[in-house]
Amino acid sequence: MNDDKNDPDRIAAVMREHVDLMNSAVPWGNEVGFQVTKVERGHVWGLQPWSEKLVGDPETGVIHGGVITTFLDNLSGMACTAAMTKLRFVATIDLRIDYMRPAEKGLDIIGEAECYRVTKSVCFTRAWAYHGTRDRLIATSAGTFAINKPRFGSQSPQGKTLP
Amino acid sequence: MNPNLTNPRADDIDAILKRVPFAQTLGMRCEVMGDEMTAILPFQEKLIGNVTIRALHGGAIASFLELTAMLQVFLVSDMPRPPKPMNITIDYLRQGHAKDLYARAFVMKMGRRMASVRAEAWQENRADPVSAITAHFMVAQD
Repeated sequence: MNDDKNDPDRIAAVMREHVDLMNSAVPWGNEVGFQVTKVERGHVWGLQPWSEKLVGDPETGVIHGGVITTFLDNLSGMACTAAMTKLRFVATIDLRIDYMRPAEKGLDIIGEAECYRVTKSVCFTRAWAYHGTRDRLIATSAGTFAINKPRFGSQSPQGKTLP
Repeated sequence: MNPNLTNPRADDIDAILKRVPFAQTLGMRCEVMGDEMTAILPFQEKLIGNVTIRALHGGAIASFLELTAMLQVFLVSDMPRPPKPMNITIDYLRQGHAKDLYARAFVMKMGRRMASVRAEAWQENRADPVSAITAHFMVAQD
């Protein structure tokens, strides 16, 4: 593990080391079957494979919107953790999803989430779900997340010691 | 039973729940009373999002609310099939505990092209919702 407490990429690096754990520790995540594929500072990518049991419209084979919501919610939360220099977990305050077009039957969905602002107690995110490239958008999202306070210690997410 | 007291759409709701794979994956069911419907999501281990605090996954709750809102629009309309969602906004208000979750949806406006719907999910107390969504659905027949 990287011991430099001021390295802005520190938590993202920890997350990269434990990607398998992140992919297996969430029961509902396992049920819908998505995976985290890449982690950078404040930016997380994932893959949601098409599956019969996720279909919301049996006539077209289109995946249900709830699957996309689960996927983008989870990736956005991880992007928040990956944006901080201390290990902090977050809880979704609110999340808005806009559905651009239905996901196509049988195709994998790529998800991308970005945490573009971290304040003392709140993170702001945006995320995209698409086939192949970002110009084939399925859905976009905007979210706010509350930063859970650590059980011990008294430091802000940016590493500054609070009074 | 007096046929006037039962909504024929109630049987359609059951049929949709059985036919839609994702509704089966979630494991939800609905109780329809006239034009009112209560959706029930019985607790199952697979709905957990955080194993340490044993909280329901926000995505599972949102999926349940989205389906509830969609079915409520279907229930009060004469659409041949459930409507397509345009957008949904979710507020996570309280932690969802490892127990059954209930939801009700209210169609705020049923327009010619789209419907605006609010849905709330609760556990012990209906006055203390776990999560709430506002969603828009396309209801235009194409």
